[in-house]
Amino acid sequence: MKINIQREKLTEYEFDLEDATLLEALNEIKTKQDPSLVYASGCRSSVCGSCAMRVNGKEILACAYKVQDGDLVEPLNNVPVIRDLVVNMNKAYKFNFKAKAWQSSPAKKISITQEEEKINEVQSDCILCGSCYSACPVYAVNSEFLGPFSLTRVWRYVSDKREENTKDKIDTIQTNGVWDCTLCNECTIVCPQDISSKADIEKLRAKSAMAGYMDPSFGSFGGSFDGSPTF
Amino acid sequence: MRSDVVIIGAGGAGLVSAIHAHESGAKVIVLTKEYPTRSQTCMAQGGINAALSNVGEDSVEAHIQNTLKSAHSIADESAVKFLCEEAIGAVEWLDSIGVPFSRTKDGKIAQRTLGGASAPRACYAQDYTGLKILHTLYDRCLSLGIEILDERYLLEFITNKSENKLSVCGVSVLNKRSGEVEIYESSSVIVATGGYSRIFHKHTTNSSSSTGDGIASALRAGARLSDMEFIQFHPTALKNSSILISESARGAGGYLLNSKLERFTNELAPRDEVARAIYDEMQKGEDVFLDIRHLGEKFIDEELPQERKLAKLYENIDPVSDLVPIKPVAHYTMGGIEVDSESMTNVMGLFAVGECANHKVHGANRLGGNSLLELIVFGKQAGNNAASYANNVKAYENLSLHVEAQSEILQNIRNATCRVSFYEKHKLIGDIFYKNVGIKRDKKELIFALDEVYKIKDELPLMGVDDKSKIYNSNLIEFLEFKNMLQLCEMVLICAIARDESRGAHFRVDAPNENDVMFKAHSIVDDNTRVSYEN
Repeated sequence: MKINIQREKLTEYEFDLEDATLLEALNEIKTKQDPSLVYASGCRSSVCGSCAMRVNGKEILACAYKVQDGDLVEPLNNVPVIRDLVVNMNKAYKFNFKAKAWQSSPAKKISITQEEEKINEVQSDCILCGSCYSACPVYAVNSEFLGPFSLTRVWRYVSDKREENTKDKIDTIQTNGVWDCTLCNECTIVCPQDISSKADIEKLRAKSAMAGYMDPSFGSFGGSFDGSPTF
Repeated sequence: MRSDVVIIGAGGAGLVSAIHAHESGAKVIVLTKEYPTRSQTCMAQGGINAALSNVGEDSVEAHIQNTLKSAHSIADESAVKFLCEEAIGAVEWLDSIGVPFSRTKDGKIAQRTLGGASAPRACYAQDYTGLKILHTLYDRCLSLGIEILDERYLLEFITNKSENKLSVCGVSVLNKRSGEVEIYESSSVIVATGGYSRIFHKHTTNSSSSTGDGIASALRAGARLSDMEFIQFHPTALKNSSILISESARGAGGYLLNSKLERFTNELAPRDEVARAIYDEMQKGEDVFLDIRHLGEKFIDEELPQERKLAKLYENIDPVSDLVPIKPVAHYTMGGIEVDSESMTNVMGLFAVGECANHKVHGANRLGGNSLLELIVFGKQAGNNAASYANNVKAYENLSLHVEAQSEILQNIRNATCRVSFYEKHKLIGDIFYKNVGIKRDKKELIFALDEVYKIKDELPLMGVDDKSKIYNSNLIEFLEFKNMLQLCEMVLICAIARDESRGAHFRVDAPNENDVMFKAHSIVDDNTRVSYEN
């Protein structure tokens, strides 16, 4: 089997493996052919988020993707490449900080029903692999966009009964946040944990509207889509 | 760079320590060789133990007794008592900072039964317990503004000897991105680097990062290691890939079957017993399977979603309708850096916590659900104590000399010609360990394994790295990890050879009984590689 890996130059590797994950293939290449090939990996069970990369233009986890003859393997988009398939996630992760993606303070006297726990069960499955971030087209025009995983994380806390200061959370995501998303759904398509950041962003928009915020692009038109004035 | 407390490792143990050291008023820096959310903790599935009695009747006393029983008489009773008593507060704390635990119908934290437990005691978040705890801890660290520096690989702990007292004063790390050596000066250092199961190469459930770097570095810095021979095999890993299928599958009623579809053991016995029962079946030529089909698709999707996904991906089977082929593989290393009742090692100011540490609560076999618990309880203790220690010791030293010394060592490795592949040697030693230092051991086979380790050690000068780059040289990091693992292999083997008895996870076919007269004690080993026993 042959695959092409985007390094400084596009490099072809050939190996003899059957029914292997891409991570197994990369390990085979590194340990037997070319120790200078660089990529990140960890758990090999799709839960640590280290081995996110792109194959044939689509974000995958190398440990969860069965390698195919002729695959083109590239690093994630929208993040600086350090070397080969390793990218620097610092700026991307920093958006969790900027978005205040945490519970404001420890809660007291907690009673959460099964139904309430289910509200953000999927969102708290996020492994921070960065696939959604890489797939997001907004970064081409706004490098300060808080981005899909950070906004999903905000929803995860905003929707939790334990959060006492949702107002502050909603205030924080108005700039470079929920209204900058184009709702293109690319993040949802690539998420290995079946999380839809797009849907979470829509929910955050609804919460924002209830808090009195409105889509700033509507404001700049001075009216709604059909041209009628808003009151 | 100077701080009060430096923490090496950003898994559950490291982050809990960081939060508590920070809240105690210390300036904290966390260094991690990856990113904080990528550590081994994210792979913990089953749960975290606390006798909350939310689902069935339970008590702290029962938790203590179950833990002691599983430990086979060599746990420290006062440490176990502390762990179990603190458990309830630990889970309440996690709940208060936002860990999304699964809930019962009446809105309490749900609990399930894991092996060796007399009651449903493990609090869980589906089978993503470790992931959700780790990420919530990370979010909490962000909210507190704790400084976490990514992609720094631990080289050495720097110590200072005065008035016959050995104390830590900093660490040297390799910045993976720049390839430069960096020094972090600090009065307190907490080691939270995880276990050493990766010495088994692919025969482990663990992340490829569980290479025991902190333990090996602590040993070189003068710390004592204890109970290194006790390595827990998890009964149910996927046969081809060694990927973990959580004990909660058996806790929920999953069966173990052989090729004749017969049950052959009590599925909820402690892990050492179940692993041996499976091993015996496999020695008879049987394949072994986990059967959870009768639990039903709804239950599996609800409680074990990760298991279903992994079985489909790695074994091409769906546990809803198929048997899951399994085998036991190395999972948790009970041994580690010896610490006292304050989480401090014999090196002043050097603390250890999590799987790399030995708080003597697991003894010869760890109970499922006690490792996540250990992180929270002892992480708090280590963080608080490291902060107060730093507060009382303000010795300032200029450690910049160490930059040059470490850089030279790394440069020599880069310059060396690589004649022997350490990747091949790692695989070789992993296969030997699985066969000879695994579920059942024999003195002759252990001695053979030790000879192999010595042979590889002799060949080290012929090994090196082909990648000469400074920038993100993972070939170099993996070589350094290999050297650490080789050092720990030797420690495991000399301890396993010296312990002429069977106890918990250490089962010697040539000495199949517990010998309390000689060995009801913790093994201790230091850099002189002599084994002694202490209670």
